[in-house]
Amino acid sequence: MKKVVIIGNGISGVTAARHIRKRSDNEITIISSETKYFYSRTALMYIYMGHVRAEDTKPYEDWFWEKNRIDLVQGRVLGVNYKNKELQLKSGNSINYDDLIIAVGSKPNKFGWPGQDLNGVQGLYSMQDLETLEENTSKIDTAVIVGGGLIGVELAEMLHSRGKKVIFLVRESKFWGNVLPEQEGELISRHITANHIDLRFNTELAEIIDDGNEWVKAIKTSSGEIIECQMVGLTAGVSPNIDFLKESDLEINRGVKVNDFLETNIEGVYAIGDCAEFITPVDGRRNLEQVWYTGRIMGETVAATICGEKTPYTPGPWFNSAKFFEIEYQTYGWVHAELRENETDFYWEHENGERCIHVVWDKSSGVFLGLNTFGIRMRHELFNQWLRDKVQVTEVMKNLRMANFNPEFYAHYEKEIVEKFNASTEFNIQLAKATWWQKLLKA
Amino acid sequence: MKKVRFIGLAIFLIGLLIFTILPFTGSYSLSENEFQEVLKPEEFALFGQEVTENFSNKKYGFSWQLTSDVFTIYHEKNDALRAVEAWDQVVYSTESDLGLRLARAAQKGPVSSDKGLFLFLTFGLGIIGSLMWIIPGLKIDGPPGIKNTGIYHNSATNRGWIGIVTAVWLVGFYVVLYFKPWIIAENIAVVDPLKGLFKEGAEASQWFLYGILYVVAMSVMGIRMYIKYRHNKYQIVRTTSVLFFQIIFAFLLVEILPLFGLPGRDLKNAMPLDYTFLYKYNVQELLDAGMFGTFLLIWGFVLALIVVPTLVYFYGKRWYCSWVCGCGGLAETLGDPYRQLSNKKLWAWKMERWMVHGVLVFAFILTIWVGWHSYTAITGPEGGDGQSSILGLSAYNIRDWYGFLIGSIFAGVIGTGFYPYFGNRTWCRFGCPLAAYMGIVQRFKSRFRITTNGGQCISCGNCSTYCEQGIDVRAYAQKGENIVRASCVGCGVCSAVCPRGVLKLENGPEAKRFGNEDGPIVLGNDGFKLLK
Ligand SMILES: Cc1cc2nc3c(=O)[nH]c(=O)nc-3n(C[C@H](O)[C@H](O)[C@H](O)COP(=O)(O)OP(=O)(O)OC[C@H]3O[C@@H](n4cnc5c(N)ncnc54)[C@H](O)[C@@H]3O)c2cc1C
Ligand code: SF4
Ligand code: SF4
Repeated sequence: MKKVVIIGNGISGVTAARHIRKRSDNEITIISSETKYFYSRTALMYIYMGHVRAEDTKPYEDWFWEKNRIDLVQGRVLGVNYKNKELQLKSGNSINYDDLIIAVGSKPNKFGWPGQDLNGVQGLYSMQDLETLEENTSKIDTAVIVGGGLIGVELAEMLHSRGKKVIFLVRESKFWGNVLPEQEGELISRHITANHIDLRFNTELAEIIDDGNEWVKAIKTSSGEIIECQMVGLTAGVSPNIDFLKESDLEINRGVKVNDFLETNIEGVYAIGDCAEFITPVDGRRNLEQVWYTGRIMGETVAATICGEKTPYTPGPWFNSAKFFEIEYQTYGWVHAELRENETDFYWEHENGERCIHVVWDKSSGVFLGLNTFGIRMRHELFNQWLRDKVQVTEVMKNLRMANFNPEFYAHYEKEIVEKFNASTEFNIQLAKATWWQKLLKA
Repeated sequence: MKKVRFIGLAIFLIGLLIFTILPFTGSYSLSENEFQEVLKPEEFALFGQEVTENFSNKKYGFSWQLTSDVFTIYHEKNDALRAVEAWDQVVYSTESDLGLRLARAAQKGPVSSDKGLFLFLTFGLGIIGSLMWIIPGLKIDGPPGIKNTGIYHNSATNRGWIGIVTAVWLVGFYVVLYFKPWIIAENIAVVDPLKGLFKEGAEASQWFLYGILYVVAMSVMGIRMYIKYRHNKYQIVRTTSVLFFQIIFAFLLVEILPLFGLPGRDLKNAMPLDYTFLYKYNVQELLDAGMFGTFLLIWGFVLALIVVPTLVYFYGKRWYCSWVCGCGGLAETLGDPYRQLSNKKLWAWKMERWMVHGVLVFAFILTIWVGWHSYTAITGPEGGDGQSSILGLSAYNIRDWYGFLIGSIFAGVIGTGFYPYFGNRTWCRFGCPLAAYMGIVQRFKSRFRITTNGGQCISCGNCSTYCEQGIDVRAYAQKGENIVRASCVGCGVCSAVCPRGVLKLENGPEAKRFGNEDGPIVLGNDGFKLLK
């Protein structure tokens, strides 16, 4: 039996703890400076908008931890002594470990803008940020959001729900331009604008202006325009929250450097989740993966390794999802912002301009590579299988009806999609009849 | 637009206020003749003399003063007879029945002067006001999509003071309706003109008033559902279905059939939810009603024993609970704003299983018992009472207690009265024996499941929060496990509110119904071996 200490009670740290408990009798301690109990960061917006209460975002009830003999310590880790295997807490206490898992997540990026530390300027990452947001928005009417990514849209939706005027600065010429292809970027931009958000493309923040009392009064863009506002939301991405680990023997770059087994350069020390940076990226993924489910998978993986079954991180085909105001987005496989040389694509958009699919495949072999879908839910299990089996794009298009995951009675568009597919490609396929979808999954 | 809303709210509140103060208006008095008319002969024989002597032409400010005077004498006389064991002279009128008859005959309130006007001032204003609040939602609440913004900031829906006031009003209404209907004699008079549409000059009963309120509440809040979920076809179809069954089957047919001399029965009300089905008087009435009555009797058994389990096998219990049922229909319309208030804790689930299955066992025994009693009474010698007691317990007593505790207190007072506190499905979850019966079928032998979409869940908790049945949907979804739960009524709201498209209600082969055969595993981790 050994003592495993985990810094960070986010999805990655907590998953690691749960799976270590399933596999062993090891002593487990989780330290976190944020909330005592694990909550779902992804639901921050729903707390603010009044869809759920903070307590509803806790995936496990409070008795769960004691029952599973997982010790929770609330406190901030200031440093690690790897030789003595000892952590220093801000409270002055120290904690010993045999194995250490670093799962400290991210923090919002700040790029050294003048005025970035003024009151009324904030990111959105933690429960504390949410409290600050409540305070900041209690008396404002206009906010500027900087950075067009997923958290930015969520913040825009949140502020909009409280009737605030929102001006949204996006550096690129279209929304989420480093991830979404042109068509999808346009579709989403239209939708955000239709929701009364003032989207400004090709606009960068230059400076945040002080009102004389350490509060924001306006911002200045790189083109010199002054926009008055009482709050600035910084959502230009996140980066690993590892300042307290700098200047030690631990190898770090942007994140804590790890190999395929999530091991760092120091024996018995692992890093997982948002803060782990892969030395060699896995399966064409990025070397920093800052999404929910990868944190979960890393937690499951490191638990196996720590409990004696050394396991590499193998997350399988890429997928992800998000929601932009009312439009849901899912992606399976890779649809890059720009087509790669060997790739070709097919795009269909519904006449209402709020639904589309984008399919990418390999030009020469016809192998299906990825799909973006907006406004139509699709079945993960089928796409996972198709990507793994490297099926032909025609196979996917034929079975689109079974891949549909929308609720019952929703209108179907597969016929229209396949007609357009046949008309705009060299293929001529027939849409397969609807059968029970599991028949498509080979054993 | 916002202005329209607030004017609507004001109009609604005025209608509600008028409805609420009606019991406190007007006066009540009965002349000697009127007493004689309203009392049944056996009642008059027992206490008519004394009552007319003391109370005729006495002017009461409130209905309950009159009834209380009469009840006192009635009970005194009955007690005296009981003391000398003169059982054949004892009168068995219930307070509800006697009290309401007296109050209705005695009322000299504002309503009788112009019932149509009061119908407008209560129901009319209520409906107009509600619609003026609801319809602008099309614009004010933004484009189609999930509209849960502010639910936990609003004291009507977060157990705040408006919620508490609403609960108090509803509980008060149910208590009066079930146990002291004479108090709302004026309110009942309001719907006389509507009763008159079915049968000229007929007087409404408290149940007719309740029926109208039910249909009106469901329809108005049904319109709210159509607007709120206009992006979600499943919700639209389902809402239409519950409205249809409530209006046509539970209300209109029940009113219309008797006009043709046929027993007015709600054809969709299945045993054991319909616990009076095998009561002697019911069976006797059906047997006396010729072909149609016999059909109803057979249908009652076919429905409960064949139709219900078969449809649950194919579609899950949702076909009944959130497509057909009246209790479910009210919960899904009037109760929709409160669905988040159900308790999701593990202890609540444990309590649910004990309670709902306890009621089922009780209802099962009661049904057999009462059925046996009715059978022996009806097939036995003329005028006999059959075998009315088993193990020393009288079938009458047991069924009265069941009717009181389960039928009235649980289903009505707690089930609906506490919407703003315990959520909209308290009865369906903790108390309904039919739901328990269908739940067992759904859990063990059904094609229905809620499929979890691989690894897409982000554990946000919207699904669990908005599950009216208190199912911790997230606990399954985040494990990649399908949701197969006895209590799921298939309302589809978990699927609707999920921001990541994780949940789909569907019917399919029983194999792999729970998800991956090896047990729960979330897609997307190839290296991870599952531990059982
Ligand atoms: C608003 C928002 C919305 C999001 N939505 C999505 C989404 O829809 N889908 C998706 O896939 N991803 C989403 N993400 C990203 C996702 O939440 C993260 O990838 C995930 O939470 C990372 O988990 P983690 O366990 O690595 O770290 P975290 O969840 O960040 O947990 C790390 C914890 O460690 C604590 N900690 C850090 N340093 C110390 C220290 N020195 N001492 C003690 N404790 C410390 C932190 O306080 C924190 O509680 C969202 C993120 C945000 C902020
Ligand atoms: S699990 Fe979903 S469909 Fe079933 S009752 Fe709960 S919210 Fe409704
Ligand atoms: S299933 Fe959907 S609503 Fe439920 S926790 Fe997961 S992402 Fe949230």
